[in-house]
Amino acid sequence: MDVMDDFLAARSQMALSLGFHIVYSCIGMVMPFFMAVAHFRWLTTGEAVYKNVTRAWSKGVAIFFVTGAVSGTVLSFELGLLWPKFMLHAGPIFGMPFSLEGTAFFIEAIALGFFLYGWERFHPWFHWFTGLVVGISGLVSGILVVAANAWMNSPAGFDFVNGQYLNVDPIKAMFNAAWLSQALHMCIAAFAATGFAVAGIHALMLLKGRNVAFHRHAFTIAAVFGALAALVQPLSGDFSAKDVARRQPAKLAAMEALFHTEKPAALVLGGLPDEQTQRVNYAVRIPGLLSFLAHGNFSQEVQGLDRVPAADRPPVLVPHLAFQLMVGLGTFMMGVAALFFLALWRRKAWLQSRWLLRLFAAATPAGFLAVEAGWTVTEVGRQPWIINGVLRTADAVTPMPGIAYSFYLFSAVYVSLSCVVVFLLSRQIRMVPALYDVAPPTALA
Amino acid sequence: MPFMSYVVIAYLFLAILLYLLLGGADFGGGIIELFTSEKNRHLTRQTVYRAIGPVWEANHMWLIIAVVILFVGFPRIYTTMSVHLHIPLLLMLLGIIARGTAFGFRHYDAVHDRMQAVYNRIFVYSSAVTPFFLGVVAGSVLAGRIDPGAPDFWSAYVASWLHPFSVAVGLFTVALCGYLAAVYTVGEAKTAADRQRFVRKTRLLTAVTVGAGGAVFAAAYREGIPLLHWVLGNAVGRTALGLATASLGLLWYRLGRGPAALLRVLAGFQATMILLAIGYAHFPDFLLVRGGPNLSLVRELAPARTVQALGEALLLGSLFILPALFYLYYSFERDKSRGVSVDG
Repeated sequence: MDVMDDFLAARSQMALSLGFHIVYSCIGMVMPFFMAVAHFRWLTTGEAVYKNVTRAWSKGVAIFFVTGAVSGTVLSFELGLLWPKFMLHAGPIFGMPFSLEGTAFFIEAIALGFFLYGWERFHPWFHWFTGLVVGISGLVSGILVVAANAWMNSPAGFDFVNGQYLNVDPIKAMFNAAWLSQALHMCIAAFAATGFAVAGIHALMLLKGRNVAFHRHAFTIAAVFGALAALVQPLSGDFSAKDVARRQPAKLAAMEALFHTEKPAALVLGGLPDEQTQRVNYAVRIPGLLSFLAHGNFSQEVQGLDRVPAADRPPVLVPHLAFQLMVGLGTFMMGVAALFFLALWRRKAWLQSRWLLRLFAAATPAGFLAVEAGWTVTEVGRQPWIINGVLRTADAVTPMPGIAYSFYLFSAVYVSLSCVVVFLLSRQIRMVPALYDVAPPTALA
Repeated sequence: MPFMSYVVIAYLFLAILLYLLLGGADFGGGIIELFTSEKNRHLTRQTVYRAIGPVWEANHMWLIIAVVILFVGFPRIYTTMSVHLHIPLLLMLLGIIARGTAFGFRHYDAVHDRMQAVYNRIFVYSSAVTPFFLGVVAGSVLAGRIDPGAPDFWSAYVASWLHPFSVAVGLFTVALCGYLAAVYTVGEAKTAADRQRFVRKTRLLTAVTVGAGGAVFAAAYREGIPLLHWVLGNAVGRTALGLATASLGLLWYRLGRGPAALLRVLAGFQATMILLAIGYAHFPDFLLVRGGPNLSLVRELAPARTVQALGEALLLGSLFILPALFYLYYSFERDKSRGVSVDG
């Protein structure tokens, strides 16, 4: 039997680990904010349903925190296990956000300890505050980790002279040119994805007519967060696109499937790029629009892959399709969000309608699919580099053979872990009537 | 050497020590279930949970702090370990995944049914597997079998860690974790009968740990590793070993009726002295390489500005972490003494 090539196996294992971690950690960093809102409403209104929602969500947060914490621990080792030649040089340069992230993550764990075990034990507002700290420190962790990834796209804080990494400045490396646009886009994406996923599950329960008041309150909080994020995300997407066009023209060309430099450049919608013939089949072209999206005017030149040396070109098919998927899902979520806010302000009757709930239930996975697609764009679009323009991914991989077996092992572990998480969540949801929605909501009492 | 270099090195050892004491006791919580009869298992489990429940996540953060210090501050040490100890590190990671999730899931599963037994079994076995491979990694760092120029798969990636010395250190680590947890539980006992049970378990685990320690010396002797000389060849090592032995005698004597805090401090002190006795002889060398040169904490230090920034980040982080962590431990100790139940 042919065993997978070590380099491909290492890349697959890294992609798999990050692909799972990104979901666990997004939920773990965003849900505490939903929880804090519900908790705030409980403390200010005294309506028991808000307390019940808070308690139910806190169990979800705990489950995702546990999985996020272990998958994050694994990643801190995998960086070295899979990419030692990268870490040997990059560790001291891009390590600053990780050393701060250690603190933020630690604070998050401590605050979660206070929050989960602190009911009726501390002053109610101190207890509320510890829940908020879980969210804030989680968000800070997320921003720091993304800043480290941004450095791989936009290396800074060192001089690369004859293969040596000189004049290392970790602070400059942390505040590299890509950190702001990437961190902004990722954080908003986390809110949109988690908001839609949580709202979708509660919408489904409402459609089934179970524990209506409980799920209605939970749905509204999650939907407001998710919809708000989905509406502002295109702005940060535009900011990111212009940033990538300036810093990484090769990545932009790959995600837009622009094989040849164009002036003005057309936006390629959909289509199937053929890397052999350098053409995009079955696509819709909108003249001049790519020039506008990348540079702000309809006539400017956009660099195609023909300007990139053949050995330095990223793959095109995967980034282009992933990018189309991300934008498509984002647009769909934006539409649902617009309808939701219209309902909230002008069409109250829609909120009770089944079609809106069905729309939300259908959108449950949309945000996380978009997150995975966006992650694929940024990682595959950076290839063949692990440090853009400095170190090739193929030169960074571990010398140890047989990585395929480790990849199979991790695949099995992560898939079964995810099955258990889904199993636990379904049990949590099924037990809502018995565990959480016990006191009759005051609205009905 | 600039001041911040000392800060970074001190924090590396502090993180390793705290992970051994806190994370180790946490592993031990699972390990002592292996030493517990079926009928007392529930009591042991409840007691362990009461002792570590609220703080168990925080206990494992020290490992992440240690890893981050290694890869930011000592990149060559981190990458050499990653390459040549890939296999035991991988097995340790599988243990960490299994254990962390099993512990969390057994507590946060909304339905308490037969799945609890599954979580328990995974938790107990991974509680032993994880510190075993941690110990194997620690033993391999000291054994001097890591060979960057090794010609073949076996000598580069297997012989670097698979030898009697590192296996003995792995077993000793498991025993030590169990011992620490057993001492912690003595202080958690609610009745005199419970205390007697936990005292018996602690005596058993003390004997096992001392025996495993002897096995480490025997394996070192057989492998030609001058462990005895490292520990007894200098005044610091001799003093540390002497104090550890004396405090073990005191602990043994006071186990039946001494206050919980004293017992815990003594057990923690012993673990600290063991780490000191073993680490001191080589300092500042950290990772011993076959044929040398060894990887030293001084020579392998990252560039100056990185060390400065890392040291500042660690000091700044401590300002947030230590008071919050202290208050967390304090709050739950206070509530336990008031008899408030610790349930999520």
